[in-house]
Amino acid sequence: MDSILVEIKNLSREFKMGDETVRALNDISFTIKSGEFITIMGSSGSGKTTLLNILGCLDKPTSGAYFLDRINVGALSKNELAKLRNKKLGFIFQSYNLLARTTALENVELPLLYNSEISSKERREKAMNALEAVNLSDRIHYLPNQLSGGQQQRVAIARALVNDPIVILADEATGNLDSRTSYGIMMLMQELNAVHGKTIVFITHEPDIASFSKRTILLRDGKVINDTINDRIRSAKTVLQNMPINTELASILK
Amino acid sequence: MKISNLLRIAWKAIQRNSMRAFLTMLGIIIGVAAVIAMISIGQGSKQSIQSQISGMGSNMITIRPSSNVMGGPRMDNTSVQTLTEQDLIALQKQMVFINALSPSVFSRGQVINGPYNWSTTMQGVNPEYFTIRGWALKDGVLFTKQDVKLAAKVCLIGQTVQHNLFSDGEDGIGKSIRFKKIPFKIIGVMSKKGENAFGQDQDDVILAPISTVQKRILSTIYYQTIFASAVNENAIENAATEIQQILRTSHKLQKGTDDDFTVRTQAELINTFSATSRTLTILLTVIAGISLIVGGIGIMNIMYVSVTERTKEIGLRMSLGARGIDILLQFLIEAVMISITGGIIGVVLGITATKLVTYFMHWPTLITQSSILVSFLVCFVTGVFFGYYPALKASKLNPIEALRYE
Repeated sequence: MDSILVEIKNLSREFKMGDETVRALNDISFTIKSGEFITIMGSSGSGKTTLLNILGCLDKPTSGAYFLDRINVGALSKNELAKLRNKKLGFIFQSYNLLARTTALENVELPLLYNSEISSKERREKAMNALEAVNLSDRIHYLPNQLSGGQQQRVAIARALVNDPIVILADEATGNLDSRTSYGIMMLMQELNAVHGKTIVFITHEPDIASFSKRTILLRDGKVINDTINDRIRSAKTVLQNMPINTELASILK
Repeated sequence: MKISNLLRIAWKAIQRNSMRAFLTMLGIIIGVAAVIAMISIGQGSKQSIQSQISGMGSNMITIRPSSNVMGGPRMDNTSVQTLTEQDLIALQKQMVFINALSPSVFSRGQVINGPYNWSTTMQGVNPEYFTIRGWALKDGVLFTKQDVKLAAKVCLIGQTVQHNLFSDGEDGIGKSIRFKKIPFKIIGVMSKKGENAFGQDQDDVILAPISTVQKRILSTIYYQTIFASAVNENAIENAATEIQQILRTSHKLQKGTDDDFTVRTQAELINTFSATSRTLTILLTVIAGISLIVGGIGIMNIMYVSVTERTKEIGLRMSLGARGIDILLQFLIEAVMISITGGIIGVVLGITATKLVTYFMHWPTLITQSSILVSFLVCFVTGVFFGYYPALKASKLNPIEALRYE
């Protein structure tokens, strides 16, 4: 399981703002292997979001190369990028981005609707499994506005899992949640990484959250200034157990 | 991307905003209902006029004298005296496409029966007239060729005349009435013919032998009209041409001169009326069509609002693997679904409205399949046309910007 999933080589991304050229990413290189749990940290303006867009195949580098599962992303067309996102990536957003007035199950099914190889029966099955993986089997017919923030984010995580992606990309996924619920989400992330072997790239600006991951890449002004293996990984489960328990968490810890 | 998935996505999106979708549909519903109802009413009146004209005797051909004098004072057609017994004989001898002929003269006057009197028209005809008009007797007997030869003072009365000259329950057969001081014996009562296409009461008439009216009342040897009937409907045109040729020869008209008579067929009348009602139908359809366009613009407006409002959703869908074409098709299908659903409701509503018009206002209506098909087609085209630009806008969104849109 040590295969290289992501390879970034001398990658730069420039934006033209009028006459000025802004370098959001400046000659960065790193690799991500299968089974890793990485946090990418940096203050605002450090290039985190640009990096995430490129990793997520939503944007292409100005120079340098990005290989996802040995595919040269820079050479792909828009439609090929869409297909790649559909098959190989799972997105988790800060604001959950669930479709309103749409049940949890249907929200989770959404990525599979864009994959014509999957029958409606398979789609339902996979969505149910994904919801089970995030402990929401009893909420499948709930609408987003009937769910708490933490539960909504778990639906979003199930949606990111449903297509069995090789990399899960989370963009400030705990940004809208209180610390207790955030730990619950991190616990789920750790579980997905450890038990299901999912490769996770988690973007955050909170060092507290980064401490749950195995490796941290620190960005500043578009450059990688630190890439360290975390030798003292905290367990979100332990952290939670040491906190007063509320009802929502009880269901996760069960 | 499977089409079933696309339909599913579009349908869910409409469901999420069902109230708005319904209000958008309303424009289309009203438009289509209007189209269906208007065309049905237009077609109905057209058909009823056609059947009324055919009711006058569909194979009937009317020959009237006309002036061929150019310039100078031109006289009213009835005072032009060109049709004579000679013409009738010539026609009778040479006719191929005609199976019945009857000359006719008219005289307006007061008819008197004791205390009752009534202003009506006396029409002189020969017995073949009843065949040409397809007019049956109600009671009594028709006059004969012998009566025509003898200029017998007998007559047949229409039902309006009967009602005005006799008290209830009295049929008047055998009674003598006076028209312009000349006594006529009633030998029969005609069946009810009703109003003609011009709204004229066809039963307000006294029918007498042609010779009687010519000699005893009008003192003329000319005919005002000759009625003929073609052997069948397909022969009408040939019969008209035939009549024209025979009469030109009989009148010794040189080549290049105008006819001194006119030959009119029912087909011409039908065409005239059809043209009128066609104009009406076109007018109604245009009005209805405009309301459909307004409905379409409503769809376009809402789809634009919808695209802007759902920018984030579009970004999300793209990040999950939707291609531009998938987004385009989703919004296009949404627009078409709204317009087609509106169309179906509109057709049902239009048919209901048409039935109600027939039921309450007794207007003749005719719901044609073509009007329903055309409405559907127009709905589909409206959906595609007005849905395309908003959908294109949606598909061109940059997923990164769309995701960050607040």
